[in-house]
Amino acid sequence: MTSLGLIWGLFFVPADWQQGDAVRIMYVHVPSAWLASAGYLGLAVCSVLSLVWRHPLADLAAVEIGPVGAAFTGLCLLTGSIWGKPMWGAWWVWDARLTSVLVLFFLYLGHIALVRAFDNPERGYRSGAILALIGVVNLPIIKFSVDWWNTLHQPDTITLTGAPTMYVGMLWPLLLSALGYTLVFAAIVVARTRAAVMERRIRALLMMWAEETVA
Amino acid sequence: MTHLPYVVAAYALGVLVPASFGVAAFVRMRAAARRLAAIDPRAKRPEPGPRRG
Repeated sequence: MTSLGLIWGLFFVPADWQQGDAVRIMYVHVPSAWLASAGYLGLAVCSVLSLVWRHPLADLAAVEIGPVGAAFTGLCLLTGSIWGKPMWGAWWVWDARLTSVLVLFFLYLGHIALVRAFDNPERGYRSGAILALIGVVNLPIIKFSVDWWNTLHQPDTITLTGAPTMYVGMLWPLLLSALGYTLVFAAIVVARTRAAVMERRIRALLMMWAEETVA
Repeated sequence: MTHLPYVVAAYALGVLVPASFGVAAFVRMRAAARRLAAIDPRAKRPEPGPRRG
């Protein structure tokens, strides 16, 4: 599905009258931007489940979402930079949207570092969950940064409440690509979480055998 | 095509980053499943029994 969206966007969508073919970068950049925020929202939900109900699977899922979310945020920043150079004449500007996404990237990195920083994993999970919940305040800032401040980054062309201000021939491959990337993101997180559950079981079995041997 | 190097670079990243994470996750899951099956008999799939009839 992702491949179909990307191929459609690369070869069959007409070039933009202002941006030329650089507009095709949108089919990678926009889904990765959506998933950067959605992944962090998933991280925050897991953090609530971890702090309130102490659910062990939520801890593992939060640990595994972190690197994947950071990768997609990095992808969003890199493709945005690649798109910005021919359009704005600069690889980077300290624009509100770009800066808030950079903060999101650092929040992901902070979470990754914090959950692994303690000898006692439970303390790492709790600290990471608190950091993730504090960082949620950045999500509406990312969303509304283009409305609250004068930004070089364009305003949203697709919203939940209004009709998209984009040519429909460009919209469908974008939605297809976004759906494909979302499924890829979910599949990676599920595979990593399954691996983490099995690794935890292996550690528990080895510890149990070690204790039996000593006894 | 205008801006070809930029488009190619963005698409290359858009394919390579998720693909490398996907392959790494799959390899890690397979390795964990194999290790678990080796030490925990309950993790092994039951052998198919002889067919009757």
